[in-house]
Amino acid sequence: MTLAEILASLFPDGHAVRVADGLIGGDGPFAEGQATVIGVDGDTALGVEGALALARAVLDAVRVGDGARSADVDAGSARESARKQGLGAGDDRGAVGNGAKAPILVLVDSDSQRMSRRDELLGLNECLAHLAKALLLADQAGHPTVGLIYGHSAAGAFIATALATRVLAALPGADPSVMDLPSVARVTKLPLDKLQEMAKSTPVFAPGLDNMVATGAVHAVLDPGKPLAGQIRALIAEAAAEDVRDRLGAARGGRPVAQAVAEAVAAAALRG
Amino acid sequence: MPASTDPDAVLSGGDEAGPPPPARATARTGMSWYEASARQRVAALCDAGTFAEFLGPTERRTSPHLPLFDLPRAFDDGIVVGRARLDGKPVLVAAQEGRFMGGAFGEVHGAKLIGLLRAALQVRPAAVLILFDTGGVRLQEANAGETAIAEAMRAIAALRAAGVPVIGLVGGRAGAYGGGGLIAGTCARLAVSESGRISVSGPEVIETNRGAEEFDSRDRALVWRTMGGKHRRLIGGADAFCDDTAAGFRAAALDLIARAPAFDLATLEAEQARLAARIARFGDCRDAAEIWARLGVNDPDAVPAMEAAAFAETVARVEEAHHDAR
Repeated sequence: MTLAEILASLFPDGHAVRVADGLIGGDGPFAEGQATVIGVDGDTALGVEGALALARAVLDAVRVGDGARSADVDAGSARESARKQGLGAGDDRGAVGNGAKAPILVLVDSDSQRMSRRDELLGLNECLAHLAKALLLADQAGHPTVGLIYGHSAAGAFIATALATRVLAALPGADPSVMDLPSVARVTKLPLDKLQEMAKSTPVFAPGLDNMVATGAVHAVLDPGKPLAGQIRALIAEAAAEDVRDRLGAARGGRPVAQAVAEAVAAAALRG
Repeated sequence: MPASTDPDAVLSGGDEAGPPPPARATARTGMSWYEASARQRVAALCDAGTFAEFLGPTERRTSPHLPLFDLPRAFDDGIVVGRARLDGKPVLVAAQEGRFMGGAFGEVHGAKLIGLLRAALQVRPAAVLILFDTGGVRLQEANAGETAIAEAMRAIAALRAAGVPVIGLVGGRAGAYGGGGLIAGTCARLAVSESGRISVSGPEVIETNRGAEEFDSRDRALVWRTMGGKHRRLIGGADAFCDDTAAGFRAAALDLIARAPAFDLATLEAEQARLAARIARFGDCRDAAEIWARLGVNDPDAVPAMEAAAFAETVARVEEAHHDAR
């Protein structure tokens, strides 16, 4: 699906999402509120400016959400006094659904992080981490954060965007990777044909959507034939409070030991 | 050759690491942090004799994937995790071993860090210390490593929000590259030594993708100037600069634990402003020395050779180096 098709399926009543220099930003009516949309389009590499622009939009959404929470409390009191006076149910604007905050959707078709001397000189690690922290803060503040990968993504750009959401969905044909196989071959000094053969049976290192699903990094693959809005709403409704990615990786076989190792370490730490 | 996303970070290694010979930590506090092993660093950093390892080498939790690549395994998968005391206070510690596959994140390696971070939410130690020494993701287990980095960042954010300081120490031979650089940027505070490097793309990765004109990875002075501890400290990418010794990192850690910023909207708004101002002010600079000049450093060309005391005086005069915005 193209970005335009995705946005039409997410926001059948229209939206205000735009793309500039490969960066996605805007919002649209979603459930009973207004979802914030950020992302990267067109296989664009994510550099220092892009990371900060996306983080800016996320922090704005958090601030608006904090305001809405205060407003929601006020609205709640108003509704309560309205109820006592035998009046109507009051006004629900400002609240979303059952008091949940507006979702933040992260749409990704990116390259890796922008690889340059200038980006590293300016602290790309801080800028990418800052974007991820903004998304993690939004999550803590009660905003459902949902990633949707519909094209490529790799390495630092993938970690700072899609992988920093609570729930990561993908569309068929998406192509997340850490590094492409020819580059892996170059670095590992292994023949490409051997790697391609190994990739068929070993999801832990090979690029591609199926392998990222098996690892647990991608929670679900959506059906492009059905409205995306409903599928995303269902993912938000089902989202677990804790990080379930290692559990998914164990169940799906893509990360056979991570969950057990993490649990063993945690158990030792808790034995006191 | 062992592999990580930063081939430059990979040095000799791959031998199966066993437990270190016993020695008194006090005798080791003056040794080179850069040269030391992960276990030596932990023993010398923490109060003598207090470190207790979780899932140590005798448990032999090795990588299930490396044999497919005919590569040797390490009984600790290149990371040491456990509890200890620092100045009498309980801490949880993770230390990466850069000499095993460049300290890169594989499935077991990452999961040990995740288990420690998740447990910390219940244990509530005085701090969690992460001793970085990593080239990034271990390519032979790339998907597991990448996912573990995302899990670690989520766990650190949760810990910081709960008021547990997560402090990163960067001075190992592999630096903090790739996803390691992103985890470092998620920590509440960072201490770095001169030989500590923090970046996302390593020199070889940039050169391979963009050519030697963009980044000549053999120009070691350029590598240190662009990614090394002094540059990171001067621009505020790290919060403390210390000697290449366990005593130096210990003093820095104690100082940083006491002044870890909150994880909230105010902190991230301040970080947004700090990073945006950095790009606006230095975005047209081609070299670190130009940035240092604009920061008000009197003799930028003297910075690389500057001794610790002189460098500390220089840092003290640079406004950008001092902030709570991380």
